[in-house]
Amino acid sequence: MAFLHAVSSGHSATKNVLKKRSLTPYLLLAPGLIWLITFFIIPIFSLASTSTMVRPDGAQVGVYEQKLRFANYVDAFVANQDQYLRSFFYAALATLLALAIAYPLAYAIAFKSGKYRNILLVLVIAPFFTSFLLRTIAWTQILADSGPVVSAIKVLPFIDDLFRINNTSTAVVIGLAYNFLPFMTLPLYASLERIDPRTLEAAGDLYANGLTTFRKVTLPLSMPGVVAGTLLTFIPAAGDYVNAAILGNPNTKMIGNVIESRFFAVVDYPTAAALSFTLMATILILVTLYIRKSGTDELV
Amino acid sequence: MKKDINSLSPEARAIIRAQVSRRSVLAGVGAVSAAGLLAACGTGSSTGAKVAVDVSDTEKIVRWANWPLYLDFNEDTKVYPTLAAFEKQSGLKVTYEEAIDDNNTFYGKVQGQLSIGSDIGYDIVAPTDWMAARFIEQGYAQKLDPANVPNKTNIRQVLSDVGFDKGRQYSLTWQSGFAGFGWNTQKLPKGVRTMEDLFAPANKGKVVVLSELRDTIGVIMLYQGVDPSSNFTEDQYMNAIDFFKKKIADGFIRQVKGNSYSEDLKRGDANAVIGWSGDIFILKSESGGKFDFAIPESGGTLWSDNLLIPSTSTHKKNAEKLINYYYEPAVAAQVAAYVNYICPVEAAQPELEKIDPALAASPFIFPDAATLAKVKVFRSLSADESTKFQTAFDEAIGN
Repeated sequence: MAFLHAVSSGHSATKNVLKKRSLTPYLLLAPGLIWLITFFIIPIFSLASTSTMVRPDGAQVGVYEQKLRFANYVDAFVANQDQYLRSFFYAALATLLALAIAYPLAYAIAFKSGKYRNILLVLVIAPFFTSFLLRTIAWTQILADSGPVVSAIKVLPFIDDLFRINNTSTAVVIGLAYNFLPFMTLPLYASLERIDPRTLEAAGDLYANGLTTFRKVTLPLSMPGVVAGTLLTFIPAAGDYVNAAILGNPNTKMIGNVIESRFFAVVDYPTAAALSFTLMATILILVTLYIRKSGTDELV
Repeated sequence: MKKDINSLSPEARAIIRAQVSRRSVLAGVGAVSAAGLLAACGTGSSTGAKVAVDVSDTEKIVRWANWPLYLDFNEDTKVYPTLAAFEKQSGLKVTYEEAIDDNNTFYGKVQGQLSIGSDIGYDIVAPTDWMAARFIEQGYAQKLDPANVPNKTNIRQVLSDVGFDKGRQYSLTWQSGFAGFGWNTQKLPKGVRTMEDLFAPANKGKVVVLSELRDTIGVIMLYQGVDPSSNFTEDQYMNAIDFFKKKIADGFIRQVKGNSYSEDLKRGDANAVIGWSGDIFILKSESGGKFDFAIPESGGTLWSDNLLIPSTSTHKKNAEKLINYYYEPAVAAQVAAYVNYICPVEAAQPELEKIDPALAASPFIFPDAATLAKVKVFRSLSADESTKFQTAFDEAIGN
């Protein structure tokens, strides 16, 4: 009897464990899922349904009817293709610029900073302590027509008196590169810092000089950081509208500015929604191709 | 934008201006598209706005949403003196919020709730003329009971009847201002009085204009001999847009933006602007006369922000009491002394003389007939026009 009892209780205990184990993952997922459903899935559906609406003639501002008009997408894209292409072009330039600045910086922090490493890392993150808007506005002071940068450049010969940086495409790209620099630097640092110094020593033992070591060992080992950093910079930069609004001019507007204007100023929700979807889809495709190409599956 | 922030450091002022100034493009930009998403949720539904039940007699409160720096404020005691006096006198508790940064953004935030008749949290809001027109047209405003607002008759004659609100049944003007030319007196000692002055060759790439279409296009239309308060045609509007586009394409107009154009003037990135009177007079007084403002010879625009009670307000009677209070001349004078815009109550002039005689003499706070003759109010647009015209304007500025 006692034996039987033990067996049966043992059995039910295993059952309980199994039951618990099957529930646990869902419980763990719940907060994230609820968050995603409320703030991503539901708005996405709302946005999708808005994107095919049509404004009935004579209706009040902001009133739209569902007509499943998919041509909204074509119209919105055709009317704003300049801003589209410009967004991706500026984002790509800004990503390259950020990479050119962040790679040496991350390299120095990972290998050469010694006891200053933590201070340097804090300095990289420090800009996040102030608002994104204020930092961008600060650039308008730095790049002002009578500010330090432009005055210094004007000292050079052959510079037109009308030369300026504020309200040009240069300023927009500088602003984008600056604002997303930490997103480039930190993943680069993380992957550089993980490199085993013995691999570098081994390269030296095999008579590789500094440049060859970098090319054959450091760079390939830091590729996950490069891919992560470029993605984290490119994606928000392509959708950004603050830099173009503050540092640009009417001819440097990006797609984010158009979406913002259609949502708030024109109150043309369908166009704004269609543009948002097209932007999202384009970025998704570009990112997929990029990850395929760079073959860093461990990132995703 | 108003006098009291002058006591702050220049950096702090710059930040306040850049961040919270009225109608600022940045504010519109800063409001994340979440508001847009919310607004989008509320679209398809039609606008049979429900009017809320008034519980003023049991709930002794009133909630007011206004633009930043738009009510007299005492920096030392951190109270709004006129508001505190009203609370004492009426026994009502007032919640005052500087909740409106931008007409479009504010509308985007509250439109969804208004359309389903759910409380937006305010009993008084202060939209600009054309946005007030939209509120009234869509049934989002409650009619004022004249018996509860006897001071209504104190409103300046020109404001007592407006196109979007015949006989002022729904709204009353809070403050008004002019749009015209502002310039740097050191770079342009002769001043800017005509469109030719503004787009003189020396100003190439040094002109910034407002992103408020009613002001920028209004001023251009007046230059082209079209009265923006009249029933102008679409062609006449598009002519002004073409002129505007050409000045952008030729590189004269450097940027089109909201309130932050005053920063461009200060930095020296702009020699001249199409801007708002109040802003530039504050710059002028801060800088010892380095900047000046004039209404263009061909005419400028007059805009107003209007108090109205949203359809979802549950404290209509309390709100009416508060509105009525601000049209008492002595109270209006106290507000005018702080905000420096056009005072809607003419009888406040002798009262302001007691506070600040110089301000009381300013034609930009108490405009004379000659000044008023030079300005026009941009007429209200139908929903179709509004959509078409705003799209044309936004496309012209690259959006």
